[in-house]
Amino acid sequence: MFDELRDKIMLCFIDNGYWEWLVEGFLHTVLITVFAVLLGLVFGVILAAVRSSYDKNEETLKLRGGIGYYLLKFFNAVCKIYITVIRGVPVVVQLMIWYFVILVSSKSDIAVAVIAFGFNSAAYVAEIFRGGIMSIDNGQFEAGRSLGFNYVQTMAYVVIPQTVKAVLPTLLNEIIALLKETSIAGYVGIMDLTKAGDLIRGRTFEAFIPLIAVAIIYLITVVVLTRVFTAVERRLRRNER
Amino acid sequence: MKGNENAINTANNSLISINGLKKYYNGEKVKALDGVNMEIKKGEVVVIIGPSGSGKSTFLRSLNLLEIPTEGKIIFDGVDITDPKTNINLHRRKMGMVFQHFNLFANMNILKNMTIAPMKLLNKSKEEAEKNALNLLNRVGLEDRASAFPSQLSGGQKQRVAIVRALCMEPEVMLFDEPTSALDPEMVGEVLDVMKALAAEGMTMAVVTHEMGFAKEVATRVVFMDAGKILEQGTPDEIFTNPQNPRLKDFLSKVLT
Ligand SMILES: Nc1ncnc2c1ncn2[C@@H]1O[C@H](COP(=O)(O)OP(=O)(O)OP(=O)(O)O)[C@@H](O)[C@H]1O
Ligand SMILES: [Mg+2]
Repeated sequence: MFDELRDKIMLCFIDNGYWEWLVEGFLHTVLITVFAVLLGLVFGVILAAVRSSYDKNEETLKLRGGIGYYLLKFFNAVCKIYITVIRGVPVVVQLMIWYFVILVSSKSDIAVAVIAFGFNSAAYVAEIFRGGIMSIDNGQFEAGRSLGFNYVQTMAYVVIPQTVKAVLPTLLNEIIALLKETSIAGYVGIMDLTKAGDLIRGRTFEAFIPLIAVAIIYLITVVVLTRVFTAVERRLRRNER
Repeated sequence: MKGNENAINTANNSLISINGLKKYYNGEKVKALDGVNMEIKKGEVVVIIGPSGSGKSTFLRSLNLLEIPTEGKIIFDGVDITDPKTNINLHRRKMGMVFQHFNLFANMNILKNMTIAPMKLLNKSKEEAEKNALNLLNRVGLEDRASAFPSQLSGGQKQRVAIVRALCMEPEVMLFDEPTSALDPEMVGEVLDVMKALAAEGMTMAVVTHEMGFAKEVATRVVFMDAGKILEQGTPDEIFTNPQNPRLKDFLSKVLT
């Protein structure tokens, strides 16, 4: 029984050097995830900044007049539409639209995936940050403004630091979800971790072993990620309880 | 026009002059402020009293534009701060505000709470800002809590820190919105004492409070508000021993028993 299992493992990973596929696939998965997370964070924070600036300043700007109000209102509406569209369309479909329609001439499949997953994640990150900002007691904001800090200073010194701490757990969830979402990269011919496992399955006619191996690698990655985040959170809490 | 107003203000020594101040919510449904006029002179301690929902907070928060008035003018230091072209941030530096719920910055320790604004806004050096902050903390008996975080302080301690945090900006006027209402009874005194000391030093203050004892003892003028209007104002003596307006009489009969 153990001999049989060992033979199968040898067949799936070692004999034909298929383990290299797993390594390559895993690297692609990590590459896509890391850059998509970065893109999602940057663009998501921009979206959140627009959305929450509008929420927090709407009344003031409206009453104090000026073109700023209409500009912000416009950009807020654009962001809202963007977030609605992204959240309403399956990621696979988004990925295929990027791959087969918008970026057909792109040389790098990985880059297309980063863009697709990044701009998708941005919508979720934006809502996470906006929710986080709104969850901070408005008294904190008002205290900052009452001392004479302008909007941006108040956000930077008072609200955002508290927001970051508050959204860390939700942000981790988003990153984990994104990591696992990248498993659909195979749809556009990228050999990520999932695709690698699937290729091995196709070659060896062994389904159980390669797929379990893939599952375990995802699982370990998620566990490690969670550990890292928990440590960061604990750090933050110790620094400013 | 503007110069004219300046002249008037300096002539009658008025630090803040409020003219026809109105604040409506939901269109015109809620008239939180319905035409308020007031002069606050340097060194005055104006205590604002009135039933719940009468517009006291709205009035106080309008003074530093945390609420944007629907109508009316607020002239502070000779400048119309309700003019959209005025940079309100510059004027807020000169108006300290103390909130019912303290609102100390939760992400900073006490010292940082007190030094961040002077350092970032007044370009004070760290040493200077900290020295000043520690002096002020010393005065309210909290110098040993400088490195504590707000969550580690009692309500009374938080409010004392909130007061000195505002003082770090060397304001010309201090606004207090029910500074003792969120405190346990045994902590009310320590906060009122700080406010009394401040008044004794000649700080201009506008205080919304339900502490009638404080009003009697410290106020130079008591203002009674109801339904967004000032119905009566006068010295504590006039207001408490010889009220005229029936609504004020009714209010006092409820709070002074
Ligand atoms: N953001 C708001 N939206 C709508 N109505 C409001 C808002 N803020 C205040 N009001 C209303 O304006 C009126 C005045 O409120 P305000 O808070 O100034 O009263 P107050 O005198 O401070 O009362 P309290 O003693 O309870 O603090 C109330 O009727 C209140 O419901
Ligand atoms: Mg109030």
